[in-house]
Amino acid sequence: MPHLLATPRALPPLPRPERGQGWRRRGWAAARRTAHAAGLLIVLLAVPPALAVEPDEMLADPALEARARSISQELRCLVCQNQSIDDSNAALAKDLRLIVRERLRAGDSDGAVLAFVEARYGEFVLLRPKLNAHTLLLWLAPLLLLAATAVGVIRRTRANWATPAQAAAQAQPLSAAEQQRLAELIKRERDPSG
Amino acid sequence: MIIELGHFALILALAVALLQMLLPAWGARVGDARLMAVAPPAALAQLTLLAFSFLSLTHAFITSDFSVEAVWANSHTAKPLIYKFSGVWGNHEGSMLLWVLILALFGAAVALFGSNLPDTVRANVLAVQAAIAVAFLVFIVFASSPFNRIPPQVEGRGLNPILQDPALAFHPPFLYGGYVGLSMAFSFAIAALIEGRTDAAWARWVRPWTLAAWMLLTLGIAMGSWWAYYELGWGGWWFWDPVENASFMPWLAATALLHSALVMEKREALKVWTILLAILAFSLSLIGTFLVRSGILTSVHAFAVDPRRGIFILAILTVLIGGALVLYAWRAPQLRQGGLFAPISREGSLVLNNILLTVACATVFIGTLYPLALEAVTGAKISVGPPYFNLTFAPLMVPLLLAMPLGPLLAWKRGDLLGVAQRLAAGVGLALLALLATFVLEWRGPWLAPFGIALGAWVIAGPLCEWGTRVKLSTAGRGEVLRRAVGLPRSAYGGMLAHAGLGLTVIGIVATSAWRAEEVVILRQGERAAIAGYDLSFRGVAPRQGPNYQEVVGLLAVTRNGSPVTELAPSKRTFDTPRQTTTEAGIHVGWRGDLYVVLGDEQLAGGWVVRLYFNPLVRLIWLGAIVMALGGLLSLSDRRLRIGVPRRARRAIAQAAE
Repeated sequence: MPHLLATPRALPPLPRPERGQGWRRRGWAAARRTAHAAGLLIVLLAVPPALAVEPDEMLADPALEARARSISQELRCLVCQNQSIDDSNAALAKDLRLIVRERLRAGDSDGAVLAFVEARYGEFVLLRPKLNAHTLLLWLAPLLLLAATAVGVIRRTRANWATPAQAAAQAQPLSAAEQQRLAELIKRERDPSG
Repeated sequence: MIIELGHFALILALAVALLQMLLPAWGARVGDARLMAVAPPAALAQLTLLAFSFLSLTHAFITSDFSVEAVWANSHTAKPLIYKFSGVWGNHEGSMLLWVLILALFGAAVALFGSNLPDTVRANVLAVQAAIAVAFLVFIVFASSPFNRIPPQVEGRGLNPILQDPALAFHPPFLYGGYVGLSMAFSFAIAALIEGRTDAAWARWVRPWTLAAWMLLTLGIAMGSWWAYYELGWGGWWFWDPVENASFMPWLAATALLHSALVMEKREALKVWTILLAILAFSLSLIGTFLVRSGILTSVHAFAVDPRRGIFILAILTVLIGGALVLYAWRAPQLRQGGLFAPISREGSLVLNNILLTVACATVFIGTLYPLALEAVTGAKISVGPPYFNLTFAPLMVPLLLAMPLGPLLAWKRGDLLGVAQRLAAGVGLALLALLATFVLEWRGPWLAPFGIALGAWVIAGPLCEWGTRVKLSTAGRGEVLRRAVGLPRSAYGGMLAHAGLGLTVIGIVATSAWRAEEVVILRQGERAAIAGYDLSFRGVAPRQGPNYQEVVGLLAVTRNGSPVTELAPSKRTFDTPRQTTTEAGIHVGWRGDLYVVLGDEQLAGGWVVRLYFNPLVRLIWLGAIVMALGGLLSLSDRRLRIGVPRRARRAIAQAAE
C-alpha cells in the first residue's frame, strides 16, 4: 500500500490521544456499540476486523498458552459466520477464550476442555465434528467415495484396458499400402494446393 | 430515463433469449437451416441488449442516481470512482446482471467464432446457452431487478467498506468469468448428448473454453484469497468458508475436466465420463451461485425468512442440472467408447487424476452441505470447519501431487514405469535435496513439514524433467536441444508451467502453515518488539483523513541486524457510511516471507496492542496461482487450439474430397 508508506516519514510523533476525546475514540466506541447492540446481524454482514487474542488474556506459561491457542482453533465463535474463537474478536469469542484458559489452568486435558465447552454450548461449537451416529456418513464419505469412484471407473474403463497382446496388436507396423497412403496424406498436408 | 431504457433492454434480452432457445433447437431437430441460422444473430443481439442494460446501471452508479434502489442501497457520493464502478456488481442484483452479461459474451463468442462448427451443433449449443440465460433473466426481471425506482434520496447508504478494495473490486468479474465460462462445456455436453455423438473435435472445441474458464477461476480464487490475507487482518489466506468452497468446487471439477478432455481429444477414450464432468462442473458453478446468493449459508432459517429468491434459484438448479442429468442418463449409454489403454499409461494416470480430483471435490461438497442437510432433516446443528477439511482433503492431494510428475512422462496407451523412473531420477534427487535442506534449516520441526516442501519441489521437478526428456537434454547436441526446445508446442510448455505453478503454491502453503511466527504485544511510544529477526520500534500513532474514511495510523520503524529495512504503517479505518471499522495491515515483503503488522486497540493503561506476524514464503501461494494461469494462457495460445485452425483442416478435407 504505497500511499500509506509514503507519508508517515513526514509525520511528527504524536501525543497519545486522551481517552474519550477526539473523533477516533468516539468513532470506535460507536462502531463497537452498534456492533454489540445489533449483535449477530452486523457481525454477519460486516466481518469485523478480526483481532482475536488480546494480550491480557494470554497465559504466562507458553506451553499452556500454545495449548490454549490450538484448542481455540477447534472452537467455533457462535455469533460469527464460520470463524474460530481464535480468529474472532466478538465478545462471546473472548469469553470462550477465557473459559478455555481457565480450564487449562485448572489442570484439564485438551479433551476435557473441549468437552466442557461442548456441554455448555452444544455440538455446534466444535469445528471438528465428533464421530457419532449423525456424522458417521460425513466422516466415512471421503473413503466410501474414493472406493466407489475407483471401483466404478475401473469397471467402466476396464473394457478399454489393453492387455499387452492387444496393445502389441494395435501397435502393428503399417502395411505397405498404409505407408503409401500416409505418405500421400503428409504430402497433401504440406502442400495443400497439390 | 436511461434506467428505464436499461430495464427495457433487459426485458427485450429475455425475449430474444427465448427465441434463441426455441427456434435453433427446433431447427436442428427438423433440419431447417433457416431456423438454425437464427441463433448467431440472436446471440449477438442478446449481448448488445445486456451490455446496454449493464452500462445503464453503471451510469446510474457513477452519477449516484439515488432514485434507483440498488444504487441508493449500495453507493455513496463520497465513494472513490473505482468503487462506484465496482459497486455495480458489489451487490446481489448487479452481480446477477453481470452474470448474464458474461454468459451473453460467451454465447456471442460461439456465434462469432463458431462458423467452423457443424450447424446443428452450433444451433444446439447456442440454444442451451439461451436456456441458461432465460432462467437467469426470468430470475432477474421478476425477482431481483436492479432497476427498481424509489423516491429520490439525498444520499446513498454506501458500499460495505471491506468491499472497497482493489482486489475485491475485480474478484467477482474473474470468478463469474470462470463460473459462466464453464457453461460452454455444459452447452457443448448437452449438444453432444442431443446429437448422440462426440468425438475428438468436440473435445478440441470444449478444451479451450474450459481452459479459459479455469484460468479465470484460478485468478479469481487467488484474488479472493489474497484479499482475505491482507484485509481481514490476521494473515489467514484460506478458511474453508462455504463461500470459498463454492468457488473451489467448480475449480476442482474444471481441473478434472481439462485433464479428461485431453484423453478424449488425443485418444477418444473417457467420452462418457468427460461429458458427465462437463455437466457437473457447470452444475457446481450454479450450486455455488445458489449457495452464495440465496442466503442459505448464513443459516437455514435466514433462508426460510425470505425464501423467494432462494427458491427461484433452486428451481433453476433443479431444471438445468436435473434436466441435464436425465438427458445424460438417457443418451450417454449410446455414445461409442474408443481407445484401448493399459492401466499404466498416460490415460491411466489421467484417470487417477480424475478419481482423486473428483473425490476431493465431492469431499468439499459434502463437508459444505452436510450441516445444512443434517439440520434440515434431523434439526441437529453441527459445524464442519477447517479441521475436517484439512483432515480429509489433504490426504487426497498427497497421492495426486506424488503422481503429477509421472503422468506427462508416461506414453499413451501403454507406459513404461521403469523408463519414467529413470527420466525422473534428477527430479527425485531434487526433491531429496529439498527435504534435506529443509531439515537442516528448520531442524526444530514440525517434522512433517520438510516432506511437504519436498513434495512441492517434486511437483516442480516433474516439468523440468519432462522438458529435459522432450528436448533430449542429456543425449542430443546443443543445436538439437535448442531446435527441440523451440519446436515444443506451446501447449506442452503451458502444461509444464501450470504443474510447476501448483508446486510453488504447495511450497507456500506448507511453509506458511508450518513456520508462521506470531507475537501479540502492547507497545507504548518508543518501545520495541522483535519477530523473525526483525526489530520494530513503535513511533506512536497519527490520525489521517481518507476520501470516505478516517484512520489512525500506527508508525513502526523496522530494522534487521541494526540496518533499517522499512517503515510500516498499519491502520484502523473508520468509514463514514456505513459506519464501520476495518484494519489495514502493514506488510513488508522480504524474500524469506512477509512481515505482517496489525494495529489493535488502544489500552486503558496506555499503549496499543500490536500484532506481529511473520508468514514465510506466503507469496508463493499466489505466485503459484499466477504461474498456473499463465500456463493456461500459454496453452490457450497454442496453434492447435487457436480459432481457425479447425477451419483450415476442414477446407483441406473438403479439397481432398474433391
